[in-house]
Order: sequence, then structure tokens, then C-alpha cells
Amino acid sequence: MTDLVDRQKLSYIAAQAADARLNVELETEGMTLNIGPQHPATHGTLRIIVRLDGEQVVWADPSAGYMHRGYEKLTEVRTFPQVTSLINRIDWLGSFANEVPFILAAEKLMGVEAPPRAQWIRTILFELSRIANVSLFLGDLGVQLGAITPVFMAFRDREYVLNLIESATGGRFHPNFDRIGGLKDDLPKGWILETRQVMKKLRNFCDEIENLLFGNAIFQIRTRGIGIIPKEVALQYGLSGANLRASGVDWDLRRDQKIPLAYDKIDFKVWTHPDGDSFARCWIRLQETREATLIVDKLLDGLPAGPVMAKVPRIIKVPEGEAYVSTENPLGEMGYYVVSQGDLGPFRVKIRTASFNNISIVPWVLRGVFVPDVITILASLYFILGDIDK
Amino acid sequence: MVQLSDAVATASTPEPLALPGDGLRERVVQQLRDVLGEGLVDSLVKPGDDVWVRVRPEAWRAAGFALRDVVGCQHFSFLSAIDWMPSPFGRGEDDPTAPPPERSTEVRHGYTGGDARFQVFARVTNLVEHFGVTIKADVPAGENGDLVVDSWLSVYAGANWHEREAHEMFGIRFAGHPDLRNMYLPTEFEGHPLRKDFPLLARMVKPWPGIVDVEPLPGGDDPNDGTTSGTTSGTTGDTEEGGE
Repeated sequence: MTDLVDRQKLSYIAAQAADARLNVELETEGMTLNIGPQHPATHGTLRIIVRLDGEQVVWADPSAGYMHRGYEKLTEVRTFPQVTSLINRIDWLGSFANEVPFILAAEKLMGVEAPPRAQWIRTILFELSRIANVSLFLGDLGVQLGAITPVFMAFRDREYVLNLIESATGGRFHPNFDRIGGLKDDLPKGWILETRQVMKKLRNFCDEIENLLFGNAIFQIRTRGIGIIPKEVALQYGLSGANLRASGVDWDLRRDQKIPLAYDKIDFKVWTHPDGDSFARCWIRLQETREATLIVDKLLDGLPAGPVMAKVPRIIKVPEGEAYVSTENPLGEMGYYVVSQGDLGPFRVKIRTASFNNISIVPWVLRGVFVPDVITILASLYFILGDIDK
Repeated sequence: MVQLSDAVATASTPEPLALPGDGLRERVVQQLRDVLGEGLVDSLVKPGDDVWVRVRPEAWRAAGFALRDVVGCQHFSFLSAIDWMPSPFGRGEDDPTAPPPERSTEVRHGYTGGDARFQVFARVTNLVEHFGVTIKADVPAGENGDLVVDSWLSVYAGANWHEREAHEMFGIRFAGHPDLRNMYLPTEFEGHPLRKDFPLLARMVKPWPGIVDVEPLPGGDDPNDGTTSGTTSGTTGDTEEGGE
């Protein structure tokens, strides 16, 4: 680990020296390279301006906002149940997971708790959206490093998960299924059996990716020791999710907080990696996808019977108060700070998205790396533009 | 587990006061009070759930350091601001052809109170003892109405983008932040969208369709919807009290 950090420090010093040389000694002109806004590695429209000295990045500046939709403002003119259809679009690959923390925050303010079956189904759908999200990452990772096959495998197997989500919720990408007090509907007939089969397929997919990509020498060379984020820096920048765990911080909001979801009823592993490099971040996500399939299996085993909706008033008025609820979304900690003043709609909603913090480290981590590694690091940090721009 | 003195006295009653999170959060407030003294204005502890503290604007950065180094909240979650003035446009459901109704713009603060219209608030997490702290500070308007508060950039490096966002959305300047460029908005954009007196133009130019096709509300006690007939249909699970 110390070697790896030293490497980062050295490259940083080299970059500083290069910068000084650039300006003073050699009077060479640095080159400004524009990455994006339309680049496959940006998962949307993120523009990154990097200044280069030869092959080395001396300065990087990500500029977001090409897709800012102003959800924080829009929530103020919506009622509480209407907000879910907006926030579905924040992280569009794992939409259901966006709804859960907001609904939980509203329920917390109202003093309502969803019935056990609803909590379990929420947790199952939450993990399914994690699988749908991260399996695409695993495929896309290959494309960004020059391997084209994994992405086809990812789209093939992600389709099964999307079909499951669609058959349960009616929406492939934007379920809008979570309600204050429970869920819109119960699971359809035969869904549990089908889910078990799909989970098997997804575990096969993880094995395939592990053999094909993670065991590949080129992949290892491209990612090992690249873009190291030490633990202290990761905490300072508020990284979360797999990015934080890849820096050796054992923190998972599924396990480490009291939340009315079914995670405390089952046993699951939280994966960490000490290295903090790009490989660690990708590896953690692979393990988490596999772990998520196991979590779904365990949840299906213990799924309780009962209603899926608690008794709530037809017109939902949330009492005055403030609450922050965050969950471990596919991309990291996603939370909503909801302020209610006893009205039909929220007074203010602060949306804490994972990618916003995860990408704010980019100027730091790109300093001193080489041009091809820029894409590797961006790919391994894994962001969704909707999650940055809100 | 740290027990509160009065909690010990009532230990026989099954109060939720003895939750492990309780002493933990009381301790946070105590530690902050030790460090900041008068700088800590108010606090609110919800046993086993969450803790809110409010500090004086001068103590904002010192409170950040205290949270990081004394309380042990190493993980930075977010920083933002809030405009406590109720929106003069309501929920944007007014008929644009009619004159806008009079609305009270009396400032009503949330937890831990406040004196100013704008507050900055941030949340940090202690990953070892598993709790988060929400910290707030008033941002009083200076002489020509500008809002300034100390930057947290030196406390948590991650505050950089959050402060840029709060700056463009609320017009709060963070003293000590070197680069308060706009994050989302075009550089020449005028106004601060998340202020409550910034109108949501899409709702201003066209009547909100919800006005016409809204279902009759069962309660009929909503002042915004004067036309509701108050017919409670036989929906199951309808527990709205005082239906008719």
C-alpha cells in the first residue's frame, strides 16, 4: 500500500515539476485536451478539460451541468407522492433504489412504517436495481479498456433483471413503484421462481466476467496501481459505496445503520479492498454484484406473507420536521434531507447523490496520471451523469 | 454506554432513552460545547436516531474542525443551504390569469431554530461509531445584502463542489473558497434558482393542469383547493379523519 501511495505522490511531484518546467524553464506550451461532453466513458454528458505536459496530466477540471434538471427546485412544487416519479431519473440505471431513501424519509417524518412484506420486497427490488446497474458497469468497463465482448454479455444478462423488474413493477427503467407506507402492488405469480433462475444466470455472468476480464493480463496492467485514492483522501472527499470500500474503509449503509429494510434479517458479506486503485474499485463492484444475487436469494427464502401497504391517509400530509435518510445505492450513499412544514409537499429536499462526491475527487486523482489512465480512472470511479446533475 | 443522569433515575421504566445511540449523540453535543463554548447555539438529539446542532456563523469553520477532529466525523456527506422564507408563489398552482393570492412570507425555522432567512447546513458521518451529525449555521445578510460564511474547504476537501453549488443556487459566498464558478448554470445566468423568491417559470406561464383534473379530495380541508366537494369515496384504507 505504501508503495502505491508513494507512486501517487511521486507522480504528483512530477506533475508539479512539469508544471513549473512548463512555465519557466523550457517554455513549452502545455496541451489542453477536451474529453467529452459526448464520450462513452462519461455515462452521459460530463466534460473534462485536462491540461497535459507530454503524456502526463497536470491539471484536470470536470465540468458538469449539461443535464441539470433542477430536481431540488421541482420537488418544492410537487406533493410527496409525486416526487418519486422525478427522482426515478437521478440514477437511471438503478431507478428503484432512488425512490427508497426518499420514501423512507417521508415515512420517518410521518411515523409510518411499511409492513414487513413490503420492506422485504423493497429490499429485493433494491438489490435487483443494484444488479441491473452494476452489471452494466462490468460490461462497460471492458469497452472503455478496449475489450468489446463483455458489454454484449452485460446487456444480455441485464435484460433478465430488467424483465424481472418490469414484471413486478410495470416499468423497466423507471418503476415508480414505491409508495409512502408500502408498495403499489404485491409480486406477480411465479416471480419468485423466475427470480431464482435469473440470479443463477447472473452469478454465471459474474464468473464469466471475472474470468474474461479480471483475470486478463492487459486488464490487470491497465488498472493495477492506477488512480490510487488513499483512505484519508477518500473520506475527506466523501466518497461512498464501492469507491470508499476499495480504499479499505469498511462502511456499508446496508449493514451499518438502522433502517427499516430487511438487511438486518439476513447475513451478507461486505467486501473491502486495501489497495484503493482502479482494480480494487472494479473488483469490489464485481463481488458486490455476486453478493447481491445471494442477498436476493436469501431474501426470497424468508419473504414473509402479509399486506404490502400500511394504512396511510389518502391525502398525504407530512408533519413538520426534518429527516435525513440515506441508503447504500448502486453508486454509493444516496440520501435525501427532507424538510417538511406540514404541507402536502416538501419544503426543501436536499438530494445527496453518490456520484457528485465521487467525481469531485477527479481533479485530485487525475493529477500526474497518463492520458490512457484518465479513462481507466473515470471508468473505475463509475458515475452516472444524472446522479451528478440531479 | 454513557448513561444520562436523569435516565438512570428512570431506569425501571422501559424508556427508549437507554439506546446506545442516545449517549453517543449527547456526547457529540457535549464535545462541541466544550470546544465551541458560546459558539454552539442550539442542539436537538432524537434518541437513537439523529442529532442536529446549530452554531454561530463565526464558529462555522471551527465547528467543522471540531466535528472532524474531536467528534471523529471523518466522512463528509454533504453541504448545502436552505432558504426558510415560504415561497411567495406557493406550489406554483396559481391561475396565471387571476391576480396572485396573498401569501404569508413569515420565516418559520426548522429544528434548532434560527435567526436569519438563509442557513447553511452540512452533514458529516462518524464511520467508527456509526452516527451522523447535521450542523447548521445562520447566514445573516451583511450591509449591501451579501451573504458570506466561512468555507469548509480546509476542513473537508469534498466541500469544494458543494460550496460551488450552494453559491450558485443560493447566492451565498464562501469566504476562503478560491473558485466559486458555477457548477450547473451558465456563467451569465442571473438569479439564484433555489431561493424561494425565484419563480419556477414553467409554472408561471401555463396553468398547472392539476388544478382542473384533480380528483375530489375527501377531506376538503385544503385551503389551496377551495373547489373540493369533500366526497369521501369508499376507498379502503382511507383513514383521513373528519371526512365530512
